[in-house]
Amino acid sequence: MNQITINGAPYGVADDDLELSLLEYLRERRFLTGTKNGCERGLCGSCTVIVDGKALRSCRTPVEKAIGKSVVTIEGMEGPGGEPHPIQKAFMDAGAIQCGFCTPGMVMSAYALLLRDPDPSRDEIRKALKGNLCRCTGYQQIVDAVSLAAKVMREQALPVEAGCLRKR
Amino acid sequence: MRPNAAFRNDARAKVTGRATYADDISIAGMLHAAPVYADYVSARDLVVDASEALASPGCVRVITAADVPGTACYGQIEKDYPIFCSGRVRSYGDVCALVVAETRSAAKAAAALVKVAATPVKPVLTIDEALEPGAPVVPSYGDTNVVTHHRLRHGDPDPVFEACELVLEEEFTTQAIEHAYMEPETAVCVPRSDGVVEVYGSMQHPFSTRRFVAALLGEPLSNVEVYTIAVGGGFGGKDDTAAAVCARAALAARLTGRPVKLRYDREWSFRESYKRHPYRMRYKVGVSSEGRVLAVRATMHADSGAYLSVTPWVTWRSTAQCFGPYVVDDIHADVYGVATNNVFTGAMRGFGAPQVNFAVEQLMDMAAHELKIHPLGMRRINMVKQDSVTVTGQRLDGHVVSMEDVMNRVVHEIGYRKKYEHCSFGKPAAEGSDELYGIGLAISYRGASLGAEGMDFCSCIINGQYDGSILLETGIHENGQGAESAMTLILADELGVDLGRVRYKRSSTSSIPDSGTTVATRGTVMGGSAVVVAAGQYRDLLSRHLADRLRCRPEDVTFHDDKIWGLNYEYSLTWEEAMRELFLQRVTPYAFGTFQAPPVSWDDTTGQGDAYFTYVYSCQAVELTVDRKTGKIRLLNVVAGHDIGKAVNRALLLGQVYGGVTQGVGMALMEDFAYEDGRPACENFDKYLLPRATDLPEMTGVIIENRDPNSLTGAKGIGEPALELIAPAIANAVFNATGVRCRDLPIRLRPEDLA
Ligand code: FES
Ligand code: FES
Repeated sequence: MNQITINGAPYGVADDDLELSLLEYLRERRFLTGTKNGCERGLCGSCTVIVDGKALRSCRTPVEKAIGKSVVTIEGMEGPGGEPHPIQKAFMDAGAIQCGFCTPGMVMSAYALLLRDPDPSRDEIRKALKGNLCRCTGYQQIVDAVSLAAKVMREQALPVEAGCLRKR
Repeated sequence: MRPNAAFRNDARAKVTGRATYADDISIAGMLHAAPVYADYVSARDLVVDASEALASPGCVRVITAADVPGTACYGQIEKDYPIFCSGRVRSYGDVCALVVAETRSAAKAAAALVKVAATPVKPVLTIDEALEPGAPVVPSYGDTNVVTHHRLRHGDPDPVFEACELVLEEEFTTQAIEHAYMEPETAVCVPRSDGVVEVYGSMQHPFSTRRFVAALLGEPLSNVEVYTIAVGGGFGGKDDTAAAVCARAALAARLTGRPVKLRYDREWSFRESYKRHPYRMRYKVGVSSEGRVLAVRATMHADSGAYLSVTPWVTWRSTAQCFGPYVVDDIHADVYGVATNNVFTGAMRGFGAPQVNFAVEQLMDMAAHELKIHPLGMRRINMVKQDSVTVTGQRLDGHVVSMEDVMNRVVHEIGYRKKYEHCSFGKPAAEGSDELYGIGLAISYRGASLGAEGMDFCSCIINGQYDGSILLETGIHENGQGAESAMTLILADELGVDLGRVRYKRSSTSSIPDSGTTVATRGTVMGGSAVVVAAGQYRDLLSRHLADRLRCRPEDVTFHDDKIWGLNYEYSLTWEEAMRELFLQRVTPYAFGTFQAPPVSWDDTTGQGDAYFTYVYSCQAVELTVDRKTGKIRLLNVVAGHDIGKAVNRALLLGQVYGGVTQGVGMALMEDFAYEDGRPACENFDKYLLPRATDLPEMTGVIIENRDPNSLTGAKGIGEPALELIAPAIANAVFNATGVRCRDLPIRLRPEDLA
């Protein structure tokens, strides 16, 4: 059986499903609809998820490539008690959300950035979010949110890890 | 009110991925649909052969115009837009069939098997081709490609030009723009057991959508219930096409008796959805030696594409605002909408103003440059002031005319005066550097809400609950801009209650009267005012029935600190107690309020009248560099100032400003929905380029608040003003850096321009 770990829980992938994109698999087989489909061509970043610690566009990633790996989606970000991840909290506090369609992908890209760099500059944040299109916000409050999240996590020594990885 | 709280009633759902957009809905037994395009730019005698598709695995049904019980063509003004085309094909976006199948992949596979054949007709692809005598006539109604013509006659410019020190004659063009909302059009339609079809769609206007659906089904409006769900952006773009997507899915649900999902690929969305109108504008401007604009003649043509949509309204705004926020005594304008075989054009944030501003705000700088007057002085001499009379003959006396103040605030914030002196143009090249520096600005005023273009009213329902909680509902639609949150804040403020007490009720078209569409920067002013009206009635009702308990007269009852108070704070009731009291008295704590926009007027033959009941005043400035070798433009800084009346929700307001500026930057520098022989040249974000996080500088929003007496909350709105003037500001800055005037959008500098 092909096994994939999603938000900390193992799943078996049916052979027939192996040719789906990871995006289709998440949305249509696992009903994890927080990951969005904005272009299906690897151009908008709405479908960004984390695979073994790295941000990937799930629309261009075949499920097969994720077999044996650990996938984190937006649904896995909240803490064990259902509290929002500091990145999520910062998005709410900084007014970084409008239509919200880009938000899950943005949060995941920001998460990948903060995993490797706890103190990025605003320019580095912009670079890390370059693959994520947002038509509503002009990015400014999203950049605010990511730098706020980084600051809060540093100052309060909060773990960066997604909530789902801390439960176990 | 808590103006600094980044309050959003949907923030938690959106940041956790739990917000439900149309494509996130799955229902047992649900079928999937895919559109079939007629695949011609212009053709007649279309024949659709679905036999092979019907035989493909999983295909349930193929629907064409022949299956439509109602009307296959619909529209907001003219009923010319084919939800299913038949016979005549007028654009590459025309849909001739819908394939319904068990799965999405089966639907797409079957759609590819539908065969279409037709006789090509010579397409009309440009405004000039459309105006040529003997050109094929595109519209299904009428006998000309000129589909609308607005006139403005204010004084008589022709005799005045002779006396002018300077006469400029210039032509400007703007491009077609794709709305590019991140969520493509999607609809899920469910046939309900009582005969109603439920519609969950990614659409901007539930009531407009309902009209499209009911028309296609040939059923009464009451048979269709359109629900509000999370929508992934609209910007004016989720009306006609998004409504047609809902209508097709609804018909499929009706004909199959099963729930149907129709989810658009980005490629379909690009191909079929309407765009921003490209404009060609010719201006003749006469200026005195002191810099006063004495006479203007403007002729504009807007490419309406294959269908009319709201072209008459878009071009009307260009007419009413045809020379920016300036007083001109002698001005004539003629604005035409012209049909072509391009994909049709319709509403987009800014609505006929960004195009005009691109021309006017450059003309002001051009005249200043020629006359050696400071661009700020040039604007100051001509701009509207308190009690000025606009080019439509409207006296601006019902609100604070803050144009000059807004400009001054932005000039101060960015340090325009000093920086203007440092612009590269006219200075010897700095040694060892290829960077040319420029600063530029633009100003505008924008009529709030619909103005004389449409009916303007809005309703609100307040429904108090037994436990003291309150349900709120308005006819304004949440498109991601935060309308529900703004309405919630306004009600909480009006009733003096904690935010947590108010629950914005998800509304449907069957639960509240049609309040028009959430367009034209009207959400906050109209919806907010309706909330104030209903809240007033609600307070009156409560005062009448609680005065006894509070041992005072009804007029002495006050509402604050999450309680209801009698005279001198001696007695008070919690909301829980108050509601219990009302229920004991058998009084329903319910209010229904309607707000009618203040009157406006318009004379179609002269283009004169009180076009809008109030105006938003704006100024945006930008600093940039141009690389002399490559022509690459890099933005360094943007300051955007807007008098929005009153800030209801500051964080969301700033978000609207930054987002609007960013869309304007896309229009100025990157975006171009071009065609090759009538076929869109781009079908996804690889060729259609949107601004990314790295393309933008840090921005500063300057919020100016002069409460507007025409709006019951004092707030005017921000959605559109934010977008409509960064493009000319950038063009002016480019000129100040390089000496090159860019009259065509998007701005593209080639190295040879800079040699
Ligand atoms: S949906 Fe994957 S990048 Fe756009
Ligand atoms: S919030 Fe709408 S696309 Fe980013």
